[in-house]
Amino acid sequence: MLHEPANQDTGPDHAADYKSSLGVKMFIIYALIYAGFVVINVIDPNIMKVKVVLGMNLAVFYGFFLIIFALLLALFYNMLCSKKEAELNSSNKSEGASK
Amino acid sequence: MNPAVMIFAAFVGLVLGLSFYFARKAKSASGYFAAGGSVHWAVNGIAFAGDYLSAASFLGICGLIATKGYDGFLYSIGYLAGWIVALFVVAEPMKRMGKYTFADALDYKFNSKGIQLAAAISTLAVSIFYLIPQMVGAGILVTPLLGYEHWVGVTLVGVVVIFIVATAGMTSTTYVQFLKGALLIIFSSVLVVAILNKGLSTDPRGVQSDRVEEHVAVADMKAQGYAKQQEQALQANNKRTGEVEDLLIHGGKVFKYADQAGCVSWWLDHDGQLTKLPYKATTAEVQTQVIDKVTGEVIEGETSSNIINGIARKDDEMIGLSRIKTLPVDADGKEVTETGSLGPFEFLNILSDEQTEIEQWKPHRCVDGEDHVIVFTSNLVTGDKVMVSGRKFLKKVAEGKEDTFWDRMDFMSLMLALFCGTAALPHILIRYYTVPDAASARKSTILAIGAIAFFYVLTLFLGLGALAFEVVPENGNMAAPMVAKVFGVTLFAIISAIAFATVLGTVSGLIVASSGAIAHDLMDRYMGMNMSDEKKVIAGKLSAVGVGIIAIILGILFEKVNVTFLVGWAFAVAASANLPSIVMLLFWKKTTASGIVASIVVGTVTALGLILISPNIYDKVYNVDGSLALISFNNPGMISIPLSFITLVVVSLMTQKDAKAE
Repeated sequence: MLHEPANQDTGPDHAADYKSSLGVKMFIIYALIYAGFVVINVIDPNIMKVKVVLGMNLAVFYGFFLIIFALLLALFYNMLCSKKEAELNSSNKSEGASK
Repeated sequence: MNPAVMIFAAFVGLVLGLSFYFARKAKSASGYFAAGGSVHWAVNGIAFAGDYLSAASFLGICGLIATKGYDGFLYSIGYLAGWIVALFVVAEPMKRMGKYTFADALDYKFNSKGIQLAAAISTLAVSIFYLIPQMVGAGILVTPLLGYEHWVGVTLVGVVVIFIVATAGMTSTTYVQFLKGALLIIFSSVLVVAILNKGLSTDPRGVQSDRVEEHVAVADMKAQGYAKQQEQALQANNKRTGEVEDLLIHGGKVFKYADQAGCVSWWLDHDGQLTKLPYKATTAEVQTQVIDKVTGEVIEGETSSNIINGIARKDDEMIGLSRIKTLPVDADGKEVTETGSLGPFEFLNILSDEQTEIEQWKPHRCVDGEDHVIVFTSNLVTGDKVMVSGRKFLKKVAEGKEDTFWDRMDFMSLMLALFCGTAALPHILIRYYTVPDAASARKSTILAIGAIAFFYVLTLFLGLGALAFEVVPENGNMAAPMVAKVFGVTLFAIISAIAFATVLGTVSGLIVASSGAIAHDLMDRYMGMNMSDEKKVIAGKLSAVGVGIIAIILGILFEKVNVTFLVGWAFAVAASANLPSIVMLLFWKKTTASGIVASIVVGTVTALGLILISPNIYDKVYNVDGSLALISFNNPGMISIPLSFITLVVVSLMTQKDAKAE
């Protein structure tokens, strides 16, 4: 049932600062794009009627983009975090072992 | 047996079985409140979706898209965007700092009684605001879907959820949410494929008797005979005397109840020119025959207080309040009445075409003596206007009117609250404690984003499907089940059962969050009872039973009250009170316990205070003209969120010395 015993001690996370800083940067990128969507609507929602890609109007395209971009950004974030975790946490473990 | 009842019963049987199975794992506090921190990230990710996609998401957003077009989809965009805040800012720190509840994380370096109390109260407030609409929703759903009375639906959900939570706490709740989330996404996908396969048509149902304007024709046909008798019975019952000619003025329109060309009906009086309107009246119960809506069959010996187009009816809803009247012409300039199967982009492009005409029936609610009357006027709108903002939000801006400051402010506030609210909902945050480590918290959030993103894309097609297939009911929230009905009883039964299961999943999460706030935050930590592990579980289970019973009572008491605004309260309080505290605690070292407490209090009071004096509440709760409200916007986020941040900074700076002394 994929309900497995918890890791009792996962040790300190040496990648925590990196992940936090990366998270803030990615949050700012997404927040700016989200703010762009809000600002265009606030200026004049009729701007969103213009056809852009595949016959979609800007409103539908921008909405879908915000949803899909969130997922892509999340996957990219996970890839970078996992890589850094493997790099920092394993090197610290081996340093600890050699001591 | 009703197939919807059978499917729902099977779902309930399965989750109750799982609850029994997992009960043994809930003997420790960690097992009960956080599923022992042992849930696989993939299960947790889908459970997140099951927890988050409440009735408001499934029924509310689809209904709003069906009635207001693109403006409903804004909620999908905002709700999903909120998960970005959860992933990039909150997910891993919450897992590292907390243990069982949201208050644990806020209080992890202070051990402050103030934070424990304020965070527990904020958790309970948000959970109760969220809980009431879910329970009332269960009652509203149960009548048309399963055929039971309101209180039966509320009690059924309450009892099942109490059982789920009181047996195995967060473990059984996790699997209920996992199953519900997976079923919701799978069957919503099936429904969207069916919608696209059917395509668009100017006569999608081919059932003339269900069309609103056809009710007028029905009234015409009956005018000389049956309907006339019914009207006479109604007039006697309403104590109307003399000529049948009542006038109502609503929103600048003049409606006249008159006998015109042999038909007693409500008419739109436009400079003396009368247009017959569909209408619905709720009157004192009439001892009369009732006509079945579809078959036209007369059912003897029943009573009804629902009069639709002059005829007493068993049902009390007008259905089919929206349809496509004109489709764009084809490449040869020929008229198109049916498109056949469509791809997703074609479907959206046709609906957003300026040649597409959509007819919607706008309700005008009036009081005529002792009767409550709703007359419906036809409103033709082109596709390009339906598929952009401006029909619910930014109305003045879209129409190029002046004095649009508050219109814009309201929209920005809404989008800000949606963005900031998700990552601060206590029943969502506690899911971070159910996984083994921070990496699992991150991965489960990403899976949740994928599942929820996919579902929110589907909501656009579900809502527009209801709009196009002429099945939008007066209660827009029923749009998604009604569009399923177009494809047969089986799909309708499945979607109905899932809609009901949706309530179960979300209510379970809310009750776990509330029981944690009571047993762990208030009793154990704030009141200093220092309970043993075993006693904490007992306290948690008793709290769950108590909150469940209160939820049942509130769900029954609030039956007749429009409670959808309470979800807005929950989001506003979460975004204004909880998020500033979490963010500042993580990123500003000078944050103090006093600053956090002040921020929670100011955020809660400001958000709730502004909502209580907003036009929507005047209109829907106080039944007073919204233009008389003390403020001109409905969403408080643009004021309450920054104010909460400022309060935290100012109070923290003022209490630096105290913090150092401690």
